Amino acid sequence: MKAWISKGWRPFLVIILLFIIWESTIRVFEVPAWLMPSPSEIWAEGVASWSTFTGHLASTTLLTIGGFVIGCTIGIGTAVGLHLLPKVREAIYPLMILSQNIPIIVLAPLLVIWFGFGLLPKIIVITLICFFPVAVSALDGFRQTNAEYILYMKMSGATKSQIFRKVEWPHALPSIFSGLKISATYSVMGAVISEWLGAQKGIGVYMTLASSSFRTDRVFVAIFMIMMLSLVFFGIILLLEKIMIKWNRKEER
Amino acid sequence: MTTLSIQNMSKYFDGELILDELSIHVEEGEFVSILGPSGSGKSTLFHVIGGLFTPDSGDIQLDGKSINGQRGTISYMPQSPSLLPWRTVIENVMLGQELHGKRDRDKALCMIERAGLKGYENAYPDDLSGGMKQRVAFIRALVSPQSFLCLDEPFSALDEFTRLDMQKWLLSIWEEDLSSVLFVTHNIDEALFLSDRIIVLSTRPARVQKEFKVPFPRPRDKEILLTEEFLKWKTSIFEELSQYV
Repeated sequence: MKAWISKGWRPFLVIILLFIIWESTIRVFEVPAWLMPSPSEIWAEGVASWSTFTGHLASTTLLTIGGFVIGCTIGIGTAVGLHLLPKVREAIYPLMILSQNIPIIVLAPLLVIWFGFGLLPKIIVITLICFFPVAVSALDGFRQTNAEYILYMKMSGATKSQIFRKVEWPHALPSIFSGLKISATYSVMGAVISEWLGAQKGIGVYMTLASSSFRTDRVFVAIFMIMMLSLVFFGIILLLEKIMIKWNRKEER
Repeated sequence: MTTLSIQNMSKYFDGELILDELSIHVEEGEFVSILGPSGSGKSTLFHVIGGLFTPDSGDIQLDGKSINGQRGTISYMPQSPSLLPWRTVIENVMLGQELHGKRDRDKALCMIERAGLKGYENAYPDDLSGGMKQRVAFIRALVSPQSFLCLDEPFSALDEFTRLDMQKWLLSIWEEDLSSVLFVTHNIDEALFLSDRIIVLSTRPARVQKEFKVPFPRPRDKEILLTEEFLKWKTSIFEELSQYV
């Protein structure tokens, strides 16, 4: 905690400074609130509409968690499968990278045409976003396992599945967590994008309504809430990583 | 207790002959060193014994049974300690046992104590010194269920002082247990100090060039490293090897 404070005060100070500059610029030049609200106005709006906002927040949070869990599970599962079947990996890997070049924004309306306005297209969008970072980092983690460890295991008569469970999987864990962290932050964005497609509730819906009625202050409330939510997810993954990876990684390789 | 017998074993890689009609025999409780110039295929020999590759001709027998291409029949200590960094010392020591389904925590703890590592059972490898890691790797090999030990230049990465320490420690443990050992090294002093017999290999393709029976009585002390006789033996082995350098 102490270390966190001693390291964390710098970015914190920068943020405070930015807010002060923002606030004073708006006041000095008398910018209208529908064009650009000041931080204090955004804060006031956030507090005032908090009770209506919580419903949207809860809906987005649930959607994010659902999509994240499904996306990461598929990502890790695919990585394990491709790793254990190197021939299939060679065939599929380039396709995986190509699939990432399809812009989600373009794909999303198509998903609505195919799957309607229900939960399914939304989950698919988040899954597509979460899948890739996790799958790639897990695959890299498996492949970069020290050859020495594998040699020892083979000489000692370990089976392929023992090598995977006892060496490659634990070796890849730190790298899998890097992927999970990226996915965790992206997943909130994915959820919001998917809500733009049409939903009853969610930060995305709140945002669309706010911007179409020129409630710029509400748009900013939504932006800040998305940032907070991403940070919270990131923090949870960080915590999980600390719990699951106790060994010291400094001196590896 | 175990005997290993390699009979006229040859191995090619990509059409190149690497191991040429090797015949090596290790008696029960015997410590045999394989000494050869670097690149002579010493490690390859171990990989063939360990079953990673099948010999192209000849036979490898453990206790009279052919083990060609069969993995997990020997207990192996590699050049680098190869301890898994996410496992504690005790978990690493039990790894060899785990692969064959029999965990014996008491035996592992007992060996950790004999290795002078008591109190480090739950430490991670990154917290240990190079010599300590090698000790852990050695007892991991010792408590593995296979009784024949193959040690592949285990001390080559250590500094001179640590190395001598480790050699003495290895002897003290081995002289109690008397497992059969095949030890690969490129260090003449090390081979003379540790072994009952030294087999000198030629450069590629590796053939058995010469065999020396080491006369020093056991238990050995590091004092013998300074004796006249030790130097005489060292000279004759050096001459045998120097034709390849």
